[in-house]
Amino acid sequence: MELLGQKPTRFGFGDGLVALGEKHSNVVVLGGDITGSVMTQQFKEKFPDRFFSIGIAEQNATTIAAGLALSGKIPFFASYGAFCALRNADQLRISVCYNETNVKIGGGHSGISVGPDGATHQVLEEVAFLRTLPHMTLFTPCDYEEARKATIAMGEMVGPAYIRFGRSPVPMFTTPDTPFEIGKASVLREGTDVALIASGALVWEALVAADTLAKEGIQARVVNVSTIKPLDVATITAAARECGCIVTAEEHQVHAGLGGAVAECTAKNAPVPIEFVGVMDTFGGSGDPAELIVAFGLTHKEITTAAKLSMERRDKGSSGVRRVAER
Amino acid sequence: MDVSVKKSIEFNTTTFENVRRESSEYLPIANEIRRDIIRALVRAGSGHSGGPLGSSDIFAVLYLGGVMRYHPHDYLWAGRDRFVLSAGHMCPVQYSTMANAGMFPKEELGTLRKFGTRLQGHPGRDMHLPGIETSSGSLGQGISIAVGMAMADKLLDKNDHRVFTLTGDGELQEGSVWEAAMSASNFNLDNFCWIIDNNDCQIDGRIRDVMNVYPIAEKCAAFGFDVIEVDGHDFADIQRGFDHFIKNQESNSGKPTAIVAKTFMGHGVSFMNDMFEWHGKPPTEAQAVAALEELSLMP
Repeated sequence: MELLGQKPTRFGFGDGLVALGEKHSNVVVLGGDITGSVMTQQFKEKFPDRFFSIGIAEQNATTIAAGLALSGKIPFFASYGAFCALRNADQLRISVCYNETNVKIGGGHSGISVGPDGATHQVLEEVAFLRTLPHMTLFTPCDYEEARKATIAMGEMVGPAYIRFGRSPVPMFTTPDTPFEIGKASVLREGTDVALIASGALVWEALVAADTLAKEGIQARVVNVSTIKPLDVATITAAARECGCIVTAEEHQVHAGLGGAVAECTAKNAPVPIEFVGVMDTFGGSGDPAELIVAFGLTHKEITTAAKLSMERRDKGSSGVRRVAER
Repeated sequence: MDVSVKKSIEFNTTTFENVRRESSEYLPIANEIRRDIIRALVRAGSGHSGGPLGSSDIFAVLYLGGVMRYHPHDYLWAGRDRFVLSAGHMCPVQYSTMANAGMFPKEELGTLRKFGTRLQGHPGRDMHLPGIETSSGSLGQGISIAVGMAMADKLLDKNDHRVFTLTGDGELQEGSVWEAAMSASNFNLDNFCWIIDNNDCQIDGRIRDVMNVYPIAEKCAAFGFDVIEVDGHDFADIQRGFDHFIKNQESNSGKPTAIVAKTFMGHGVSFMNDMFEWHGKPPTEAQAVAALEELSLMP
């Protein structure tokens, strides 16, 4: 895929929200004091009667959203993921998900690439929690365009949904024509030597890793998981069966995020070796985003190394599982 | 189970109309609500007795005194006012009141807390019991949901619907309650009525011994509410509280109303009265019979 420039995924959320507002008069937005940062400002300016500032009170904002939804509105509440996925965890569990309300959450500042704000604001754990909530749909778009599409899709589906986006500019490589479907993982590159299954900004890193591997004669399949819940079991299982080994890559703790979801899926359907690229059970820290991505081992280099390790484990049979499809 | 016990815990089919009444007419209704709470709880074998019995008088006026507008046989009527029980554990009183309003058969109260029931231990919206607007039970959330509903009515749909919510007093220890209170006055929600069941009891003891939240009325006023304190067992006074709210709404005062109702946990059953030990347990069969007898001696 071709690099089309750089833009933060949060811009896609902001633009998607305005598009939704134009189309649906019952879409309303709740602000949590950081409207400029999480890109709800545009909606606020365009639809002032449908924007409500709730202040620095994420538990209240989440639950007010549930009340609005129970009265027929489609409320979006956006903040940083640390505050709108975890601080309000009980509100999401009971008022939003148990109630099966049509509440939409936009979670910014995800991952280490938040940069200088440091560990408190770099949320690395929310995927683990959100994907255990019954009724929740969880989007992790890979670039600006996909974030825009996912935002529109979440507003038009019925039920609780969360979109995870980031602060810093990241590569753009999907276009308005690239297919996007709720619950469908897309194969961005064909290959049967190893499957690189990634989400968010690490999808681009996986594509770069696949190019590097190709130069060594290794054809990697790259799978973009833009909906982590519900997980596209068919595409993940096919990748496991046809490649025989997997690398997962995400800007999240290696525990219980995308890697965990893929491991659960393949353990049941097609057990194969998996190497996990992600944050290794540690907190983030201040720094330049590019510097942090390298320091925390979240680049194509780690994915390339992990791919070879995963293939080696498969070929040695150390997982105790034979490859299903022979090369 | 003894035949006489069985007989006394049977549900009847009496229901009441939702109309404004003379204050002297409420006691038989409130005590019928209480009797059905006792009947439901003794069959369930678990659940909360104290709060529900203590707030029965308030519920009688709210649901059966013409304060809240709803259609008992068409509970999704778009023009309805809404009630959110923020103190979800007190649901036996809401279930009993709704059954006495004819929203579902009283016999169903006998399924309280049993597998597959629409009368969950804490309200579950997924069970679709008529009149349950939202799940609740994790304290401090229902009031925010009610604020969201009041915002939808007043600020977006611009209708004259009323939104009521009831919290406990121990519940006020949850910080998010005050986030909700702050937002109700911030958005000038004069269609929002917050009832605080001030029985001064929570599971571990008296409110001030567990974590002091007093002064309650002053706090609500400081958060921008029009506060009215009432005797939660005096029907004329309860009616006065709701009238105050309705006047507030109809005059577009721009201020939400808080009704601080002084009540006694377990009121109506002498051996439960004002005892925090009755917060979270049901009566035994013998206690239920005694309670029903005592309640039957009253009108």
